[in-house]
Amino acid sequence: MTAAVWKLAGKKASLRRRQAIVAAIRDFFYARDFLEVETPNRIPAPAPEVYVDPFSSGTWFLHPSPEVCMKRLLAAGYERLFQICKCYREGERGRRHLPEFTLLEWYRAGEDYTALMADCENLIADTAQRLALGRCFVYQGQVIDLEPPWERITVDEAFRRYTGMTAEDVLAADRFEEILVEEVEPHLGFGRPTFLCDYPLPLASLARRKNDDSRVAERFELYVCGMELANGFSELTDPAEQRRRFQEAIAERNRLGKVPSPMPESFLDDLSRMKEAAGIALGLDRLVMVLTDAAMIDQVVAFTPEML
Amino acid sequence: MYNASDLRKGLRLKIEGDPYIITEFNFVKPGKGQALYRCKLKNMINGSQFERTFRSVDSFDEADLQEKKMQFLYMEEGKYCFMDNNTYEQVFLTADQVGDAANFLLENLEAEILFFEDRALGISIPNFVDMVVKEAEPWAKGDSVTGNNKPVILETGYKINVPAFVEEGDKIRVDTRTGEYLTRVKE
Repeated sequence: MTAAVWKLAGKKASLRRRQAIVAAIRDFFYARDFLEVETPNRIPAPAPEVYVDPFSSGTWFLHPSPEVCMKRLLAAGYERLFQICKCYREGERGRRHLPEFTLLEWYRAGEDYTALMADCENLIADTAQRLALGRCFVYQGQVIDLEPPWERITVDEAFRRYTGMTAEDVLAADRFEEILVEEVEPHLGFGRPTFLCDYPLPLASLARRKNDDSRVAERFELYVCGMELANGFSELTDPAEQRRRFQEAIAERNRLGKVPSPMPESFLDDLSRMKEAAGIALGLDRLVMVLTDAAMIDQVVAFTPEML
Repeated sequence: MYNASDLRKGLRLKIEGDPYIITEFNFVKPGKGQALYRCKLKNMINGSQFERTFRSVDSFDEADLQEKKMQFLYMEEGKYCFMDNNTYEQVFLTADQVGDAANFLLENLEAEILFFEDRALGISIPNFVDMVVKEAEPWAKGDSVTGNNKPVILETGYKINVPAFVEEGDKIRVDTRTGEYLTRVKE
């Protein structure tokens, strides 16, 4: 047998555990009356984002996330939706990144981002239970206790606590990502998972402004052992503001010389009919990493691009 | 020019005038933010290492590295002289730059010399080199019984363990990557 065949054969146990996790996730959502949907992977216009590069497919794109079509379903009156699908982002390859990866995305109409945080607590605890991991388990030598409530810390608090700077300062210096990755993330999600909440508005293109603090948006990221697992927010439902934010992203992409992003017009049309809602994307491969104690994303998928 | 998306382990870049090779590489990307490229770099001239995080908007100069086939001429005062057989251009490498390859540098051996711009940096030699045994203890009765190897000295002065049957004047093939004996070569 060749090395590639051995490599594939050696993943059998890991792929079995992945299947058990996916089954537990489906059961979780079925039990809560969510509708599982499959939306097209190839779309004419993804939501424009400065730092997410979709792959072109003819004159259309492979979706970097299923959000555009799922929100159009919400606008059509669907209340609870989930999807497990492949998503595609060009240039993303690392220990925790694959250019083709699996997202679990779910939406709740009439709720805000706090309902999604509770979903995360219940979903991951249920899934760990199904794998017989119990409430406490070890990931890469670190103990994780899933007993709710998990830690909730705002972006501003986290920057002040771990760097002595404010999120606004580092944003103004264009060093937000760098400081977040180098100095903040290494403290998040140890002992128990952490929700990093309330992102500065410029970093939450599709999220709703927070009522009591207009400088931030109701967006959060879930961390386990320093690894980002999910990104959720209360949806922005104002089509005019959404169009303005998309225009900014499109202009910034053009300035950086990136592939131009078309305006998702049919999404903006439907957005005017969308009720208040909250939605979240969870990296399924990374959840499998956490629940199977895998250090690299390569360990939880059958094929990496390098093996093809 | 390279973009950040070209960065990978083994890539060679020119930074502040020096050639560097990426020895460790990791891609990180927080949320929907900018991608970051964490690299460990090694200076190809002096071996010094450092870590740096690059951003997706960064661009890099390629290190202008070329390999040239050259012939080993001689060693003098710790310097090794090589010549390009087409242009008769000669360069010198230090003992540090030649490293273990010095053990196998026979006169007229063809080697690949690595150049950064016009500066010779290093050498790679063929994986297998045939060399003559210069000094060996004569084969004695009983050696074949113990089956032991014995040390001999090759024409470059390199000491190597060979099977007991190898004698002075024999030609043997050496694996230059491991420095070990492979076989006796019959001419």
